[in-house]
Amino acid sequence: MNNFSYIKAASVQAAIDQSTAGFNVKYIAGGTNLIDLMKYNLTRADTLVDVNRVQENKDIIEMENGGLRLSAFATNAQTAYNPLIERRYPLLSRAILAGASAQIRNMATNGGNLLQRTRCYYFYDANVPCNKREPGSGCAAIAGYNRIMAILGTSESCIAVFPSDMCIALAALEAIVNVEGPEGSRSIPFADFHRLPGDTPHLDNNIGQDEIITSIDLPAKGFSKNYSYLKLRDRNSYAFALVSVASGLDLDGDVIREARIALGGVAHKPWRVEEAEDFLRGKPANQSNFRQAAEMILKGATGYRHNEFKIELAKRAIVRNCMMALNPATQLPGAQPSV
Amino acid sequence: MSLLPSVGQPVSRLEGQLKVTGRAQYAADYSIPGLVYGYVINSTVTKGKIQRIDTTKAMSLPGVIQIFSHVKRPSLAWFNLQYADMDAPPGSPFRPLQDNKIIYNGQPIGLVVAETFELARYAATLVEVEYEQEAFDTDLNANLSNARTPKIGMATMLKPPPPRPKGNFEKAFSESLVQVSAEYYHGTEHHNPLELFATTTVYEGAGKVTIYDKTQGTVNSQLYVANIFGLKYKNVRVIAPYVGGAFGSGLRPQYQLFLSVMAALELKRPVLVTLDRSQMFTFGHRPPTIQRTRFGADANGRVTAMNHAAIGETSRFEDYTEVVVNWSHMLYPADNTLMQYKLVELDVFSPLDMRAPGGVTGMHAIESTMDELSYQLKIDPLQLRLINYAEKDESLNRPYSSKELRACYVQGAARFGWEHRNPEPRSMRRGNKLVGYGMATGIWEANTLPARAEAIMTTDGKLHVNSAVTDIGTGTLTVMAQIAADELGLPIQDVTFSYGDSKKPFAPVQGGSFTVSTVGSAIKTAGKALRKKLLRIAGKVGDGVFKKLELDDVLFENGRIALKNDPLTSISFVDIVAANDGNPVKVIKFSVPNVLKLKKYSRAAHSAAFVEVEVDEELGVINVTRAVTAVAAGTIINPKTARSQILGGMVWGISKALREETISDHHFGKYMNQNLGEYHIPVHADIHDLDVIFVEEKDDIVNALGAKGVGEIGLIGMPPAISNAICHATGKRINHLPIHFDNLL
Ligand SMILES: Cc1cc2nc3c(=O)[nH]c(=O)nc-3n(C[C@H](O)[C@H](O)[C@H](O)COP(=O)(O)OP(=O)(O)OC[C@H]3O[C@@H](n4cnc5c(N)ncnc54)[C@H](O)[C@@H]3O)c2cc1C
Ligand code: SF4
Repeated sequence: MNNFSYIKAASVQAAIDQSTAGFNVKYIAGGTNLIDLMKYNLTRADTLVDVNRVQENKDIIEMENGGLRLSAFATNAQTAYNPLIERRYPLLSRAILAGASAQIRNMATNGGNLLQRTRCYYFYDANVPCNKREPGSGCAAIAGYNRIMAILGTSESCIAVFPSDMCIALAALEAIVNVEGPEGSRSIPFADFHRLPGDTPHLDNNIGQDEIITSIDLPAKGFSKNYSYLKLRDRNSYAFALVSVASGLDLDGDVIREARIALGGVAHKPWRVEEAEDFLRGKPANQSNFRQAAEMILKGATGYRHNEFKIELAKRAIVRNCMMALNPATQLPGAQPSV
Repeated sequence: MSLLPSVGQPVSRLEGQLKVTGRAQYAADYSIPGLVYGYVINSTVTKGKIQRIDTTKAMSLPGVIQIFSHVKRPSLAWFNLQYADMDAPPGSPFRPLQDNKIIYNGQPIGLVVAETFELARYAATLVEVEYEQEAFDTDLNANLSNARTPKIGMATMLKPPPPRPKGNFEKAFSESLVQVSAEYYHGTEHHNPLELFATTTVYEGAGKVTIYDKTQGTVNSQLYVANIFGLKYKNVRVIAPYVGGAFGSGLRPQYQLFLSVMAALELKRPVLVTLDRSQMFTFGHRPPTIQRTRFGADANGRVTAMNHAAIGETSRFEDYTEVVVNWSHMLYPADNTLMQYKLVELDVFSPLDMRAPGGVTGMHAIESTMDELSYQLKIDPLQLRLINYAEKDESLNRPYSSKELRACYVQGAARFGWEHRNPEPRSMRRGNKLVGYGMATGIWEANTLPARAEAIMTTDGKLHVNSAVTDIGTGTLTVMAQIAADELGLPIQDVTFSYGDSKKPFAPVQGGSFTVSTVGSAIKTAGKALRKKLLRIAGKVGDGVFKKLELDDVLFENGRIALKNDPLTSISFVDIVAANDGNPVKVIKFSVPNVLKLKKYSRAAHSAAFVEVEVDEELGVINVTRAVTAVAAGTIINPKTARSQILGGMVWGISKALREETISDHHFGKYMNQNLGEYHIPVHADIHDLDVIFVEEKDDIVNALGAKGVGEIGLIGMPPAISNAICHATGKRINHLPIHFDNLL
């Protein structure tokens, strides 16, 4: 059988020790992605180190800089429904609740969410070429059925999309990912956490083999007054985004003091374009300015045979979502469009 | 006081508690001592030959018992006919492990049997297979020039070819004032019942097996197994009391049945073979189909010319057909018609009936075309249907046994509020969303097949009824018990119905909405025979008051036979059975539909579907916010289970119109979204306000129950009603399904 050892780590350090000591060790949190990958025979592990029981605090910690620290080991559900998050970072709460299903969110952890793998059909089918699964074998999606694939930041090696919702909000909020490893701990700004495919599509992110995500820091600024998360997908729940947008606005009257816009479902990582956010600074919050920002965000986007539509859709979604952010009460639950 | 008839009561499913508490045992749920587990190895190529299959590594794992393949299998039946099940289309049925040929992607090429499922699954990954690949074709659209007329066979009896042309279509069409023509398409769809296909075969000693199978026909599986493995029919028993949905996928024996039985016979051990979700995409499916319609009408809105042509996919080894183009002329009395149906052979597995096969496909094209015609004519779509209302079936020139479609239109429209529809497209709004109203007609044939049933009066005066029929989750158990109860005037609590067992009296496969009609009729016939027999025995008891009496002279109520003109004179069933030397009184009856009488009529259930959609045009987001389906299906035996069937059909209609599709990659010749995460069936958030109306319809012809079956009719009108509503909302007519939001951008 595909046997593996299973160890429950009592602390982060113990988990790291297990990982460095063993061969082909993987951390397991909620298991909602990892177990599927193992069943599909795409991932193998000789040892699974369960990080759900680490003694570190799973509560949300208020930091001195006015921000919050989320435990990587808390579940997506615990995070989304935490009153502090609901009040101060409702954008994050909305994004999490737009993802997966209630059952999965009850199992899935914040750390695992950051590391979930793409949903590219070809990645999951071991009998077709895929550079992400098997470097150098080719990319079947480029000439294949690529409706769900990326339009930004693609490469000749891979056009896959990073499927998370939560991470789109974290990107907009400029979260910081804290990791610990054999060489100590470090903090990675969200924008540097995930990678573009380039010619190394087998690497999704910049975390090291034995490193463990311990927490995620949210800066003080939560955009809790003017925010919105919009997810466009093939069914109203339990489907990954074809395009999603997280918007956070800081307004002075109807003038934008600061804007954050992150796109999901369009690239190998959450997509943000500083130029567009700079453009919005000091401008009135209206359709035409948002549209101009959208054009900047989508600059250089290229469609493939079946996903050309994403380019215009993403632009419209940005405009709509920023307009919804002006009045968050207009949002429907589950990140359905309304206004 | 006599009991209220059970038929017509909303009786809750008798097995409901067992199901929701997990006590109902499905085919993979039998823990049998010594059970071993099979995992299927599927071809990873689409066409070619297996050159080498190396099982050494896998076999060396402790706990792996055997690996079957075309080079390691028992000798099997030789003739095609022995592989043909009751639902086999013309051609040569697929024979698992027959030889080294690969004819479709995902074809089963081996079975690993091991002590545990996990071990078998792991060992399967260690089996090395080398293929010689050949060129293949799986793309219907790229092969339309190869379309040909289907072969005729047994299956044609239930699936008639297109009706003969009438009048002169081309002339009438070119001369008609208003003309509409369009092309329609839907791709492959897979059944995806919740329960995975599984078979547990218990080896009972030389040449004898008991099989727990996921199937829609216990007798069908029994015959298939006996024929292939050369076993005596009586030595093959197939049991399937609970079936976790099937929707047509269980109409034919699937390969796990073959593999499980083969392994059990060879290993002389009980063997369970379960498919996993991705393997559920390696057999039958709804075939992709292209349709073209051309309808012409005169200034009054009368349809004068109709052409409906369809090209469906089939495999290279069987001619699977559907009734796609026969419906329009059953519904609309045009004088000039031309109906055409062809097939394209591709390197895929044979398609397989999926809920409302052909009907839901054809009606999508027909009812969308009618809708388009209504815009051209500037006549309300509902009004257009009424103008063209067929009082008889013009395609075969015969009357309907009953047809209350008009009542469906009227009552459905009233409940829905159709009169609030502004005829102008894009004219209705709610907030920033466009609102559209659409409607469509549904029709599905009401067939009856022969079946047998047994009725037994037990010593304690209770009724026991037997049939081999399955209950695929539709409520068959419950409605059969209701029908039986009324036959003997007993409360339903005093009736037991045993079913889902090939040892019980013969029933055909459960599908096509003909089960209530078929098995229900058999039970009625058996019930009547039992009444007669009880009365005859009663005549021999005591002072002989019941001697020489006819059924008309007596009443069956409260567990007794009573004189009609003197109800106080009665005898209990218990006493009658006691008088039968204390032996239960049994009858077995075969009920055969009166074909000569039925042939004079067209028999069909009808429906009218009304749908409201909201469309967020800028983003393309579509929601079916409201739908009403009015159904005319004769007697509704159980309004509760029938309503569930219609609701399920309506949900499926939403799914078919807006959600589900099997994604094919023709470069690899395979399906890419073989799981329920990516094969999108609707979730709760997709389903809003659904309403069902059963209109009254009396039918003395269709069968003794006057019931037509409701398994498919709820689905049929929904997809066109939805696309018509989208067209009304947006002004855009989208003729391929499913409609995704990118189609509206
Ligand atoms: C059917 C389905 C639908 C879904 N839909 C959505 C959706 O719409 N939107 C969305 O955003 N997500 C969706 N998800 C994905 C889901 O959010 C992720 O599977 C989940 O967040 C992963 O978290 P987990 O704790 O279960 O991770 P696991 O499966 O346990 O682990 C995932 C990976 O992360 C690693 N890992 C886990 N924790 C740590 C840690 N602390 N440090 C270092 N490495 C770690 C593991 O080694 C593994 O490689 C869906 C999942 C499924 C199965
Ligand atoms: S897009 Fe990336 S993940 Fe998908 S097949 Fe190509 S290389 Fe593999």
